[in-house]
Amino acid sequence: MMNTFVVYVENKPGVLTRVASLFRRRAFNIDSLTVGRTEKPEVSRMTITADADPDQARRIEANLYKLVNVLLVENVTQEATIVRDLAMIKVSAQHEERSHVLELASVFRARVVDVSPDSLTIEITGAEDKIDGLLEVLRPYGVLEMVRTGIVAMRRGKKSGALAASATNGTAQIAMDDDASQSV
Amino acid sequence: MTKTGAAILWECLEREGVQHVFGYPGGAILPAYDALKHSTIHHVLVRHEQGATHMADGYARASGRVGVAVATSGPGATNMVTGIATAMLDSSPIVCITGQVGSKLIGSDAFQETDITGVTLPITKHNYLVTRPDDLARTLREAFYVARSGRPGPVLVDITKDAQQSSCEFDWEAARPQLPGYRPDLSPTPKEYAQALDLIQNAKRPVILAGHGILVSGAMPEIREFADRTGIPVAMTLLGLGALPASHPLNLGMMGMHGEAWVNQTIQDADLLIAVGMRFDDRVTGSLKTYAPSAKKIHLDIDPAEINKNVKVDVALIGDVREVLRELLPQIQAADCSEWRDHIDGLKGDAAVRDIQNLPDNGHLYAAHVINDLWRETRDGQTVVVTDVGQHQMWEAQYYKHDQPYSLITSGGLGTMGFALPASIGVKVACPEAEVWVVVGDGGFQMTMAELATMVQENLKINIAIINNGYLGMVRQWQEFFYERNYAATPLLNPDFVKLGEAYGIRSLAVSERAGVIPAVQAAREHDGPVLIDFKVEQEDSVYPMVAAGAALHEMIRRPNPLEETAEDE
Repeated sequence: MMNTFVVYVENKPGVLTRVASLFRRRAFNIDSLTVGRTEKPEVSRMTITADADPDQARRIEANLYKLVNVLLVENVTQEATIVRDLAMIKVSAQHEERSHVLELASVFRARVVDVSPDSLTIEITGAEDKIDGLLEVLRPYGVLEMVRTGIVAMRRGKKSGALAASATNGTAQIAMDDDASQSV
Repeated sequence: MTKTGAAILWECLEREGVQHVFGYPGGAILPAYDALKHSTIHHVLVRHEQGATHMADGYARASGRVGVAVATSGPGATNMVTGIATAMLDSSPIVCITGQVGSKLIGSDAFQETDITGVTLPITKHNYLVTRPDDLARTLREAFYVARSGRPGPVLVDITKDAQQSSCEFDWEAARPQLPGYRPDLSPTPKEYAQALDLIQNAKRPVILAGHGILVSGAMPEIREFADRTGIPVAMTLLGLGALPASHPLNLGMMGMHGEAWVNQTIQDADLLIAVGMRFDDRVTGSLKTYAPSAKKIHLDIDPAEINKNVKVDVALIGDVREVLRELLPQIQAADCSEWRDHIDGLKGDAAVRDIQNLPDNGHLYAAHVINDLWRETRDGQTVVVTDVGQHQMWEAQYYKHDQPYSLITSGGLGTMGFALPASIGVKVACPEAEVWVVVGDGGFQMTMAELATMVQENLKINIAIINNGYLGMVRQWQEFFYERNYAATPLLNPDFVKLGEAYGIRSLAVSERAGVIPAVQAAREHDGPVLIDFKVEQEDSVYPMVAAGAALHEMIRRPNPLEETAEDE
């Protein structure tokens, strides 16, 4: 099954390579990996999806923890999460088709971000299946180009990732949630 | 106070307790070498950087201290790769220092530039590229801490030439490690302890599998008390040998591909495996489908990533093996397994690896005899045997009975030929009082024999026993068993090892019959410099018993009638 990991790492050069290399050499397949800044400048956050059974998922988590720059790993697969992917889709749209495409975009609450005489570029944000859905209906018009960011995930509600900045020196400190465990 | 990066390097090493480093100079590390004259550290000049890493590794395994290897950029650094991978697979704490081209030149394919942090990323526990002297002290402190804590391993610190040359304020105290994500100290929960105790208390046919982790954490007294108090028999992995004395009545001997047949049979018959500081390597499990089919499994290990990797276990106790055993000890009781031990004693009659000990002395020289005689002669002393990889390594494990911890140093996980000779230099430097014996095949010896010069230069008293069968013996054995005796590329044309040794100023002799073994060993022990003995042994002897790769653990290839084998040899 597809697992979603939220991984907090030190914001240092080479950390992305270390994480990607780990998946490669342990023969785990990354389906999607996104990385970006967080509310703390010294911490980056990755959302990684990988196909793994429960045992493999635990080993992925344990192996991630072996990387010295990894601060916290959360497998949020079974958690209530908001998951978002962003896509830009350039679709062929001649005069007579344009209104159809615009209609479809609006059904999916997508936005048109660029218009040219014979194409439209549509931006859509949402869960992966919603984007897949839009893509499916746009295909007959001719998808000229598409780019997706890969998913980012965040838990619902107040419960948040267990990283808190230390008041004294500003370096990242780990505080474990009650249910976040690094043991397997 | 202000210091150059080069001066900071040596001062940090001194503060970490380093007394010896093994290295080879070159352009990008020259500033560091220039500053060495102000240091108390003794530099051992090797002949190849791979040797430096194996020396650091041997040093670390024999002493428990972090071993240090130094090399220049580019080829110097890439020559370290095999030694780093060896240390990684066997959890040996070494720190490798490499020079790097100037920070402005990085990425320009400058002369002797290699992205060594990229190259070694999958084979180090962690690595660093340092481009400013200001980062050096903290990085080195982190490197040593990461190398020796938790599950130990190699750490590489790549330092640009300009970081060595330029100066900055040096403040050791302020340069504390900043490793917010690194947590080497894990411990099991009370519930996990209770589950383990429950399994131990209810087992009828339990076996302890004792591995390298016991030696790494220094848990020899604890494992012994655990066995004594419960009466549970103990099987050893190759790297675990010495964790419990071979002469201990509950020590069954080595398990696995070339383990004693009864040990493997015991594991297959067990109803509980208590794995302590071992990782269920394919060389000890045989086929996983048929491995210990009726056994529950408890796994004590410091590395969470080892749990359920190869063998699915019922209870995992993740933590330092010594701490975990100490927590368990007050709560365990004697298990009633006398019937089980009787069953195992019954299997012991089936002692295939003892076959050869009872062979008549008919003029042929068997490697097993050499090892066994070496053991009889040196068992009284503080002897460390350093083995290479192949047949001689397995014969050593079978016929040299290790009673002392850290008395066998060998490359287990990576199986690195060429390991023994350089590693022995590290062992002797770390433990000058120890009697050090290298047991090495004629193939592996030639991979790193350049280090003979290092041995002589450092005036180290090391005894070298070459088990010379004129073949890459273990490969030849596989060709014999599985490739219809097609000895492709395994016969060796060897130099005259006696003349070779003498060329280095090493006292050298050759032995080709059984009667000559003990006198040669005695002569080596009495001589106060290094000695090389070329033991010319049976060419087509094989290591028995053997579990073929992928076969079930109890399905062992046994020695054919040994007397017939000697007869057909002519």
